Amino acid sequence: MASELSGKKFLLQGNEAMAEGAIAAGCRFFAGYPITPASEISERMSYRLPQVDGTFIQMEDEISSLGAVIGASLAGIKSMTATSGPGFSLMQENLGYACMTEVPCVVVNVMRGGPSTGMPTSPAQGDVLQARWGTHGDHPVIVLAVSSVSECFSIIITAFNLSEKYRVPVVVLSDEVVAHSRETFTIPAAESIEVVDRIVPNVPPEWYKPYEDNSRGVPPMAPMGDGYRHHVTGLMHDAYGFPTERQDEIEAFIKRQFRKITNGFFEIQITKKINIEDAEIAVIAYGSVARSARRAVAMARAQGIKAGLIQLVTLFPFPKNTVVNVMRQCRAVLVPEMNMGQISREVKRVNTGLTEVFKYNRIDGQLITPLEIFEEIQKI
Amino acid sequence: MFTGMTELRHRYLRHHKKFPHVWCPGCGNGIVLGAFIRAIERLGLAKDDIVFASGIGCSGRMPTYVDFNTLHTTHGRALTFATGIKLAKPSLTVIAVMGDGDAVAIGGNHFIHAARRNLDLTAIIINNQIYGMTGGQASPTTPYGAHSTTSSFSNIEHAFSIAELAVAAGASFVARGTVYHAAQLDKLIEKAISKNGFSVVEIMSNCHVQFGRRNKMGDPVTMLKWLKEHAVSKDNGSSIPPDSLHDKFTIGILADVDKPDYIEEYKKIREKAKRK
Repeated sequence: MASELSGKKFLLQGNEAMAEGAIAAGCRFFAGYPITPASEISERMSYRLPQVDGTFIQMEDEISSLGAVIGASLAGIKSMTATSGPGFSLMQENLGYACMTEVPCVVVNVMRGGPSTGMPTSPAQGDVLQARWGTHGDHPVIVLAVSSVSECFSIIITAFNLSEKYRVPVVVLSDEVVAHSRETFTIPAAESIEVVDRIVPNVPPEWYKPYEDNSRGVPPMAPMGDGYRHHVTGLMHDAYGFPTERQDEIEAFIKRQFRKITNGFFEIQITKKINIEDAEIAVIAYGSVARSARRAVAMARAQGIKAGLIQLVTLFPFPKNTVVNVMRQCRAVLVPEMNMGQISREVKRVNTGLTEVFKYNRIDGQLITPLEIFEEIQKI
Repeated sequence: MFTGMTELRHRYLRHHKKFPHVWCPGCGNGIVLGAFIRAIERLGLAKDDIVFASGIGCSGRMPTYVDFNTLHTTHGRALTFATGIKLAKPSLTVIAVMGDGDAVAIGGNHFIHAARRNLDLTAIIINNQIYGMTGGQASPTTPYGAHSTTSSFSNIEHAFSIAELAVAAGASFVARGTVYHAAQLDKLIEKAISKNGFSVVEIMSNCHVQFGRRNKMGDPVTMLKWLKEHAVSKDNGSSIPPDSLHDKFTIGILADVDKPDYIEEYKKIREKAKRK
């Protein structure tokens, strides 16, 4: 069905592009609950999924939305939900369940001002560390951030691919500006889109161990109802999926969760570099702020300042190597973000005296403008 | 056709992997599990086609022991996962087992909306009137005046009637049984599973360890007697004077209505969407 729209040019909202990208990635199940500024994703999915033999359901809250998404994924269908801050808080419980049971799923959080009800119609980036650490316990998770309508389409596909390949929930952070901005966008041909599907077992059911380690650390996943009867539990479990209290099994399980992500750093940690080759000052930005930063860097270059931009598409696992290499090269880095300093905290964490780290923060519900970032670059 | 329980045990239990179970001696959960397995056997369903999901608590451990596609979810959320599975693969028979705290406290919202939505799921709710696994705290079905570890001086809240709640919320099939009336339980569960639409079986059960001991019923036999004496068959209910019914509960089928289920309705939505 994506092929029916592919090649055509649309004036799309970020939220709408996100829905189209999900369908192109093979998503056929969406469960959600209305919330500003994410509702358009639900609305578009409710219209589009039945056209492609998928299923949309509006649930009673965000807790049940993610529960249904995990259930559908267990039955073998690529699934997602979308929400904003308050709903994302409610999803933390089942997000942990998806981590523990290694169920692929995609959760979109269109960030708005917080805490609590906060500013439903204003952009913010206050949920970055919540996306990483929101659910309890040690767990790996992949967090991506989008900055434009075209990225809403392409990065949600990346999110599904990584989720399927590594059997982890992937959180995609959007924000109110990206979600509601309209840009022209041409839906690419289906053949040009790389779609990854989870690996299913190729052994007879009686040999199948649903949580057995292998070289990748990602066990094959059998959909429910295909003869591979097994147990799935949020309790700490052994290779068969049954509850365990054995110390050797517990430690091996948790370490495998981290190892499988570490093994994939080369493709999970996505960044975009602009004018970095000879940069002396680097701006590190993500989400809608990266759009402003791109312009600010161009303005600085026009003034003869050697500025560059690293746009973080992957926020977690934090792309340490890329950031460290740039810090080695630059005399200063600037981290503008719409919070009190959540990614700048990560940048400072990996900065072992390599360079000077400057923050620029807005928390008043307004997008950081190119001029503001340009002025900050000038001050450095 | 009569099949002996030994044969059923070998056919349906993960006996070589997951026993002994975690339940206390005399627990009603075993009777429920037995009734459930007999119902499945009578329905002739293939093990591969059954999904058995649970939430958290003593009831939450039940799926571990049976050889179906089994799922032990988060507290109160069994029906939400079941909803996703059923919608993704409607050919599966999806059954959720829950406790009283699980289903109508933390999962209360999911429960009433599942009933309203009328997706073809079966909810088995074991009501032992207490939070057993966590040590005997008052639940939404602990009777007024009863004692628990969080109502040492007596419970001042009023209990939910789960089956009546399900009827009011619009479930297609609602029944109540007890672990004393085990033969009836087989039939109620069988009917609930075969019903197309959202079905509920509330099963009054005994937790003599956490509820009984604090309420002068410290052994299973006393509690089973209590269940026997307080259960009123739906068919006989009208012949008993109303004032002697105040601490009793009705057993039998409380609702059995036919309405289109969610899957059938959604098929129509797909057809409409494709015409656009």
